[in-house]
Amino acid sequence: MKTTRTFRSLSLALPAFIGATAIASSHDPVELSLLSDNSPNSVAVANALVAAYQERNPNVEISVEIRPGGSEGDNIVRTRLATGSMTDLFIYNSGSLMQALNPSRTLVDLSDEDFMERISPSYQSVVAQGEGVYGVPFEAGMGGGIFYNRGLYEELDLEVPTTWDAFMENNAIIDAQTDVAPVIGTFGETWTAQLFFLADFYNVQQQDPDFAEEFTAGNRQFANSEAALNSFRRIQEVHEAGYFNSDYESAGYEDGLRMLVEGEGAHYPMLTFAVSAMLDNFGEESVENIGFFAQPGDDGNGLTVWMPGSMYIANTSDHTDEAKDFLAFVASTEGCEAIVETIGAAGPFLIETCGLPDTVPQPVADMLVYFQDSDRNAPALEFLSPVKGPSLEQIMVEIGSGFRDAQSGAELYDRDVSRQARQLGLSGW
Amino acid sequence: MIAPRKLTVSVLAYSGALLFFVVPFLFIGLTAVKSRQQASLLDLSWPTQWQLWENLTAVIEARDYMMIQAFINSAIITVASVTLIVVFSAMVGFVLNRRKTSWNKMIGFLVLSGLMIPPAIVPTIWMLQQLGIFRTLHSMVLIEVAYNISFGIILYRAFFSTIPRDLDEAAIMDGAGPLTLFFKVMMPLLKPVTVTCIVVQSVVIFNDFVHPLYYLPGDDNVTIQLTLYNFQSMFNTAYNLLFMNILVITVPMLIVFLIFNRQIVSGMTSGAIKG
Amino acid sequence: MNRHKPDVRIRKTKSVSIQSYYPMWFFLPAGMIYGLMFLVPTVASFYFSMTHWTLFDQRFIGLDNYREFFNEPFLLKGLINTFLFGFTTSAGKVVLGMALAVLLTSNIYFRGLLRSMVFFPVLVSTIGIGITFTMLMDPNSGLINQALAAIGVDGPRWLIDPDLAIFSVALVEIWRGVGLATLIMIAGLAAIPTDFYEAARLDGATAWQQFWRITLPLSRPAIATVTTLSLIDGLRTFDLVWAMTRGGPGFASDVLASVIYKQYQAGFYGLSTAGNVILFVVIAVVALPIVAYLNREER
Repeated sequence: MKTTRTFRSLSLALPAFIGATAIASSHDPVELSLLSDNSPNSVAVANALVAAYQERNPNVEISVEIRPGGSEGDNIVRTRLATGSMTDLFIYNSGSLMQALNPSRTLVDLSDEDFMERISPSYQSVVAQGEGVYGVPFEAGMGGGIFYNRGLYEELDLEVPTTWDAFMENNAIIDAQTDVAPVIGTFGETWTAQLFFLADFYNVQQQDPDFAEEFTAGNRQFANSEAALNSFRRIQEVHEAGYFNSDYESAGYEDGLRMLVEGEGAHYPMLTFAVSAMLDNFGEESVENIGFFAQPGDDGNGLTVWMPGSMYIANTSDHTDEAKDFLAFVASTEGCEAIVETIGAAGPFLIETCGLPDTVPQPVADMLVYFQDSDRNAPALEFLSPVKGPSLEQIMVEIGSGFRDAQSGAELYDRDVSRQARQLGLSGW
Repeated sequence: MIAPRKLTVSVLAYSGALLFFVVPFLFIGLTAVKSRQQASLLDLSWPTQWQLWENLTAVIEARDYMMIQAFINSAIITVASVTLIVVFSAMVGFVLNRRKTSWNKMIGFLVLSGLMIPPAIVPTIWMLQQLGIFRTLHSMVLIEVAYNISFGIILYRAFFSTIPRDLDEAAIMDGAGPLTLFFKVMMPLLKPVTVTCIVVQSVVIFNDFVHPLYYLPGDDNVTIQLTLYNFQSMFNTAYNLLFMNILVITVPMLIVFLIFNRQIVSGMTSGAIKG
Repeated sequence: MNRHKPDVRIRKTKSVSIQSYYPMWFFLPAGMIYGLMFLVPTVASFYFSMTHWTLFDQRFIGLDNYREFFNEPFLLKGLINTFLFGFTTSAGKVVLGMALAVLLTSNIYFRGLLRSMVFFPVLVSTIGIGITFTMLMDPNSGLINQALAAIGVDGPRWLIDPDLAIFSVALVEIWRGVGLATLIMIAGLAAIPTDFYEAARLDGATAWQQFWRITLPLSRPAIATVTTLSLIDGLRTFDLVWAMTRGGPGFASDVLASVIYKQYQAGFYGLSTAGNVILFVVIAVVALPIVAYLNREER
């Protein structure tokens, strides 16, 4: 395998002006390629699924390629799809980012496949465009909210807050009585600064049920919607109260997890996929002391839900049938088992034949409570609207570092959003 | 006898150089051989256990020996494009210096544009697609040639003005044609500036990371700079491996430098400046 | 640069026959590659900059992208930073490069070793340097501030301080590029005839006077080269800024090239291409007069 690769590159280097040619004879095993983002979770799951599948199908060989994450990765995925150089299979977000891939022209429609019947309709709606459905979930659903230190809560006799005021009171007590940083900030990796904003969307929707629809149509803006503006205020309040850890501007995501696990910080706003990373980096016991609650709102709260990332088939693939067979495996009970074995049970599966093990890590158990009542969870905005401004993370860093206030941050984001909508060519902008 | 002034200046100069130019590399080198725990402290302490070999193999084996593939690709791109740049830009510099044509002004302008204009990435991808060579190593070679040839031309044009025309005359009298004149008579005289050109261009092209990122997507085409980029998040809790990676991709250039060290200054002297 | 006197006699009598020994087709290989890979895309970018372009579709929209780009809230900040970065790095490289060149041509032990030390950072991958210095410059755990703390100085917050971030990156860029500047300067100094200094010493000029009256004026070509190269590099800069701050914190260290890049990442290909054209104009407007001024005696 290794030698053939080397050989191909060498032969390409010959100064002949011929394009790269894929050579596949019918005797060889079918070779598929799969592009994954570089997050440890995705890589581990992709490798585990591939290994499990190959064990059952020795005639198929799947090689896993890795790309950067974040907007860098978005760009690579878009470019490769547009230039016909995408791998057979690839992992990518569901929702608004997936909509920007122009799926009807670049992806293979899976709506007629048998295995789609096993997949929950709520998931299917976030990987659909028009009549077509294009993806299969390769991980569990997640929630956005706040991880907290249960030991510390017990010690200080605190209650899990459901309102923002109660949350801030807890922070004040922690700040006054301990050396622990009330809230962990990790702006060294800017995407983590978005959580207070993104995870607040359940609360926005409670107050303004039409927000997503009106926002997509260009009729509602953050700066002049009281409920939505609150989402920007949260991080400002935490910053102004001085509740962040002292190195919040340079610390990274991994630092944040370490601070949480080692008790240096009391709260960490994050997506629940962090549970797998904590298990992986710090061992099984590390999360026993960690709990999770949905982001508190003005009065009461509920969980903002993230749909899992998906696996898609590029329509330039020469092996569509084999790729579909692999997706059928991913969307099966065996697929789910492979996932749970690799990264643990991080949340509810959207494949209806899959269940969770009897014991799940504490934060996951805390999150599952919100799924029991459909009124207590709602999808994040990116699954309801294709509009998402690219500069959100920088704006949140600015508000969270005190460079600007929530109002001006919201105005700036509105401009960012409208530019994106115009570039997407949406009507009404 | 030791001159006190010379000694003082030397000691001061070396202390400064040690602080500013050695310590950062010492930091890279030491962190690269430490254990994961010790590396995470990010200090200059002496390694409590030397893991040179372990860390090195970990980096090389990572992602299915991607490093090896990357080394081969980077070597091919660097060698091929530097060769083409040397030959083609010497040819242009030669005629540009020797012959007054109506094109000279135009070409001078294009050369300067090549130095100044930031490449338009997306239209270039579009262009490569039109030619059907997107995602190939040879398209990468052509791009590196196009982006770096201006510098070569400037270097060679200036150098040719130091070679007396009498030499051309003599060769022509002896019956040399244009090709003989260029390849047999001129090329051997160009050694100093060629060494400069090779070193500078190899550094630029070997260390290029933005362009391969966009024109060479895919693991088969990974280059050495992209390994660092790809591993950055993978190693973000293992600083020893991250810095070992930096160390490994620095070594080839160090070797180039050690070989050509002496010639670099002389090449610069005769080529780029004096004219 | 060209102080070599052209041989008038040859030119006059033999120019026609001699021309054929310098065939025009020597331009061809370089011209074709340059044209295809650089010129055509650059010219095409003028068209693409006037489209909504998603790679799948393109739609002509006239000058809207330029309007959009100038409405970019951080364009002004990015522009200012671009100039700050271009000017501080080229000033730093010229001044430090000259100082180091004088030091490294003076009478000290093991000059060659010292020259190698200074030149070495030029060879290291920019992204590797970026990662290394991001860690060295960490305000809490970074080596630089710990060293400063050891001598009782409260170190600045380098990349975290929004007012300082761009200068911190510029500092690293100077560190990285000063070796090349020094090398060019050394070459320039080596070209100054030594009898000038001897005559000056006979006249009783101090070392300082010699520097101002002889060294500086006569290394003008070297200074021009360093300024030109580092200014153009500085205005176009991207790698190091991206590796160290990604334009942050917030937008504090965005330069034109990183603004363009972010729009490119967001998939706004037409808009980003418009930014490319603007960057081109900016460099031409800023760099060309300076380059022309510095090289005015050349031809």
